[in-house]
Amino acid sequence: METAITLNHFLFVSGVLFAIGLAGVLVRRNLIIIFMCLELMLAAANLTLVAFSRFNLKDGQPDYEGHVLLFFIITVAAAEVAVGLAIIVALFRSKGTTDVTKVDTMKY
Amino acid sequence: MTFLFYIFAALALVGGIGVVVNRNPVSAAFAMILSFLGLAALFIQLDAYLVGVLQILVYAGAIMVLFIFIIMLLDVQAEEKRRFPLFNILGAGGVAVAFGALLLVILKRSEVGTASIPPIEPLEGPGTSDVHRIGELLFSQYWFPIQVVGVLLLVATIGVVVLSKKELK
Repeated sequence: METAITLNHFLFVSGVLFAIGLAGVLVRRNLIIIFMCLELMLAAANLTLVAFSRFNLKDGQPDYEGHVLLFFIITVAAAEVAVGLAIIVALFRSKGTTDVTKVDTMKY
Repeated sequence: MTFLFYIFAALALVGGIGVVVNRNPVSAAFAMILSFLGLAALFIQLDAYLVGVLQILVYAGAIMVLFIFIIMLLDVQAEEKRRFPLFNILGAGGVAVAFGALLLVILKRSEVGTASIPPIEPLEGPGTSDVHRIGELLFSQYWFPIQVVGVLLLVATIGVVVLSKKELK
């Protein structure tokens, strides 16, 4: 069975990966793991961008504007991770834990 | 080519599931690297060579090293086991299955998505690689965004230094 790979295949993988990341954000309680799942969702969205850029040919070439957008997304993600992890370290210093259920001062 | 897609898509998804189900944070981080490698292979299958390499260098390399460094710095313990009520399991499973079914239905109905990968016109000579073309776009049409991103990186660096000081004032 040789069914050709279509755009739907890539979009489905991307959607399922996004759903896995979302489930991780909802289920896990460790702040670092939650942050990693956020990154997973971001990377899943990247796959959609690349797939659309590849299937939308311009003069027989892929649409490179999608790649440029992806370049910016990766840069911003790197900056975001650095700042986020610094905030987590600061939180750990003041509370001594990264468990989100134990950081509930603002809840009451 | 077809079976390669399935192998790497499975790699990306299994890695993603590994991040969610692993109790040990270090194992979760390594599962995440696996997922990113599968994703990078999918990018390269889509002829996005620069982006695929960037994915490995920046995500699987730099970002995950940062995560593992912080996990070991904070000495994060594995999450203790907890019992999930039946209602929670049913709810989470129901949401996941409903999402997958919805995605399938929507993708089945779309006419755009049934196209197979269109062939790229082969180009010869210098200046035809995707690195060259993306670089040209970045430094001509997108010159302003790239300056802004440079400032953003500087702001992030200063912010991290301020945040990691011993006492915040």
